[in-house]
Amino acid sequence: MKSAYLSNTLQYNPELCNGCGMCSTVCPHAVFAQNGRLAQLDRPTKCMECGACQLNCPTGAIMVDSGVGCAAAMMLAALRGKKEPSCSVGSD
Amino acid sequence: MDDNRHDIQTTTNDIKLSHRWDHFLVRIGYKRSSHKITPGIYALGNPREDSPVFVTANYTLSFDALRSSLAGINCYILVLDTMGVNVWCAAGKGAFGTDELVHRVKDTGLKEVVSHRKLILPQLGAAGVAAHEVKKRSGFNVEYGPVRAVDLPEYLKTHKATAEMRRVKFTLRDRLILVPVELTHSLLPVLLVALILYLVGDLILSVAAAVAIFGGVALFPILLPWIPTPNFSTKGYILGALVILPFAIARLLANPEPALWQRIGWAVVYMLALPTLTAFLALNFTGSTNFTSRSGVRREIFTYIPVMAVTFGAGLIFAITLVLIRLLGGSG
Repeated sequence: MKSAYLSNTLQYNPELCNGCGMCSTVCPHAVFAQNGRLAQLDRPTKCMECGACQLNCPTGAIMVDSGVGCAAAMMLAALRGKKEPSCSVGSD
Repeated sequence: MDDNRHDIQTTTNDIKLSHRWDHFLVRIGYKRSSHKITPGIYALGNPREDSPVFVTANYTLSFDALRSSLAGINCYILVLDTMGVNVWCAAGKGAFGTDELVHRVKDTGLKEVVSHRKLILPQLGAAGVAAHEVKKRSGFNVEYGPVRAVDLPEYLKTHKATAEMRRVKFTLRDRLILVPVELTHSLLPVLLVALILYLVGDLILSVAAAVAIFGGVALFPILLPWIPTPNFSTKGYILGALVILPFAIARLLANPEPALWQRIGWAVVYMLALPTLTAFLALNFTGSTNFTSRSGVRREIFTYIPVMAVTFGAGLIFAITLVLIRLLGGSG
């Protein structure tokens, strides 16, 4: 499955990494890999901005503008003048 | 011990006919938000105070996938209140999140039920849960298991997930199972559009519009990885053009207008307006996939929605012009 998708906002600062390995554990697209004591960006273009790595990084070494990549939700939010898109799941 | 168990419910590994019926209703999109189970602690088999604790969402598909994968394992299942939404989507919204997990651990008195301090979460829950925060606030260590519950028996041998277990996939089966719910949601709009176009007096256009929409909701998910462009909109345009081409040719060959240029005009209307429907629906499928990023989708919306407005608008203007010419008697 070809899954590289256009662009993403993932930023990683190796200087803050404590080598806990959480990012490579939680990433569902193997974006991070452990290289010795540090995490390294292995497949950055595969990032889908789910935000799991940032949330589980205890030292704040990872920044990503996370959210759900859903066009329908984003267009609906724009039409309703809302900032945060929400999916129909759970709201009907 | 047993005195403390009054609010621990029991469950089994069995997926009965009634569960399969519920799964079927989920898959066809019947009452999407009503496939819930009660949050709290469930005992599976005969767990003791040192038995593992697995955490899941209160969505029947999530809960059933977990319990049916744990055959022969005595354990507790802690069900969070995610309002009947699956683990990953709920994590993305924060409903399967640090706050709810910490609250549920305290609310259920889990500390009195088990002697250890470890929770095994599905990996995809990590998008809503900060493991180090949970530890700080509840005393429990979070261990992220594999993405799929079916890998748990293998995972539990070593508590190490293989690289394969940590990756989401989007197989043909994964995509096929999404089609019924997409069809359910598009059925009414399709019938409405087809009926209006039929009443306006163009049977071929009516059928072609239905095919363009079904192409977007049913064919597109299936063919997604094999359409050779990098974004959903162009993939949708390509698929739409392919399924509409036969109708455009049919319109060119067999229709009432005597003049060739009018028939060519209608063929052009078909090829402009209808693949746009497919492309728009294809773009909307981004939210059902597991690899599109928010910034990528935003960029695609800004790039291709204007294109879609132009192709659909041009088709519409052409169509109105051709109808006007016919009405004004300009038959050629």
